Amino acid sequence: MRSTRPPGLFQTTLVLLRKDLLIEWRTRARLNALVFFAMATLLLFSFALGPDTKLLERNAGGYLWLAILFASVLSLGESFRVESENACLDGVRLAPADARAIFLSKALGNALLLLALGVLLVPVMVALYGVRIVTGLGDLAGILVLGSLALSAPGTVYAAISSNARARDVLLPLLLFPLVIPALLSAAKGTTLVLQGDPMQQLGSWQGLLLGFNLIYWGVGFVLFPRVIED
Amino acid sequence: MNKFVKFGLPALVLGLLGVGWWLGLAWAPPDREMGDVQRIMYVHVPLQWMAMMAMFINFVAAVTYLLRQSWKTDAMAEASAEVGLLFGTLGMITGSIWGRPTWGVYWSWDPRLTSEAILLVSYTGYLVLRRFVEDPEKRAVWSAVVAIIGAINLPIVWFSVRWWRSLHQVQSTPKTVDPQMVLPLRVAAFGMLALLILFMVHRYRIALAERKAEVALPDALPTDDPAQRAAHSSKVA
Repeated sequence: MRSTRPPGLFQTTLVLLRKDLLIEWRTRARLNALVFFAMATLLLFSFALGPDTKLLERNAGGYLWLAILFASVLSLGESFRVESENACLDGVRLAPADARAIFLSKALGNALLLLALGVLLVPVMVALYGVRIVTGLGDLAGILVLGSLALSAPGTVYAAISSNARARDVLLPLLLFPLVIPALLSAAKGTTLVLQGDPMQQLGSWQGLLLGFNLIYWGVGFVLFPRVIED
Repeated sequence: MNKFVKFGLPALVLGLLGVGWWLGLAWAPPDREMGDVQRIMYVHVPLQWMAMMAMFINFVAAVTYLLRQSWKTDAMAEASAEVGLLFGTLGMITGSIWGRPTWGVYWSWDPRLTSEAILLVSYTGYLVLRRFVEDPEKRAVWSAVVAIIGAINLPIVWFSVRWWRSLHQVQSTPKTVDPQMVLPLRVAAFGMLALLILFMVHRYRIALAERKAEVALPDALPTDDPAQRAAHSSKVA
């Protein structure tokens, strides 16, 4: 016998996330575009600064996260563009899906995409800038996961807002960039420590800052997002 | 009330700021280490205090709007963000004028300055958002959400001088400052508060009038449909 109980928040999130990932997997357009965009950005840094390997190696963590941040703006905008075509977002809400589940699935989907992007960029960075991963892949993975989550939570709220406003391409970075500076700073510092060794044991405190940032913005987004997409 | 806002408040602003700044420039002693350069404090510090207050009002108005929708709180949010950005920018300019002779640079990447710059950019983004959304109801909800998310920066700016001990000095208290410096600072701060209130009241009225015009607009526009025109004119008559 089929149960008539409506699915819970967790279940709805998983279903919506699966739908988003399936759309992404069927086309693979977004991830391909993001990877090439971010690689071009990494390449441009080395052109803009000249072939000074020492300089590039020292700043590699910052460049990696700037490339991910720039790519995230494209990715976040795109994640709501697919929903506004044919009024899909209205359809999802009429399904009815909890608005908070829509936030969780979108933000998790964006974080997964950024994480995949980061994983693909690391070998490129190793080749282009000649960096070594000193403290181990586990630490690097931790920073990548926390950093992707940190960019995607406020980014999802702002992308939902700016996708319906005029001049959306200007608005999203203008809102998002100042907000994510603490996350960008700690992700870049953390990555630099992973790449160059951590004699003073500072990595933990940067990871803690990222974790705190995540807790605040995932919480705020979870509470406020339903108001953003209400009609 | 109207008369007070029109004549009393500007007179209060001029009086308090005049007395406060005269006391600061002529009566208070010069600072032991910085000399006369320090006197810009009587402008810089009140400006920054009032900027923080305006941005806090913006946060309260945004929360209030989400709890109970009203054009008044939305207009208050718009007014406080704009006035706060103005005061904050002026505070930052006066700070950098003071920084050049004291620190040797107009700008240092000190945590206080950096977090303040981030704050000002995020409020610029907030005001840009307000310009780019036409539907007044959506604009009010979205900008309230953005204001609440952005307000997380406010405590970071305020406590930055304590969390990261760096170039910018920690907040002074009346106990650590010469009483002859406390009095002019207090008077100037109340003058600046009166100026803040004056600006806010005017900007709030403008915002409220704009909102009412926007909300009334669809009905007020002339229409080509004779039936509607007749209905409208009979309603007006």
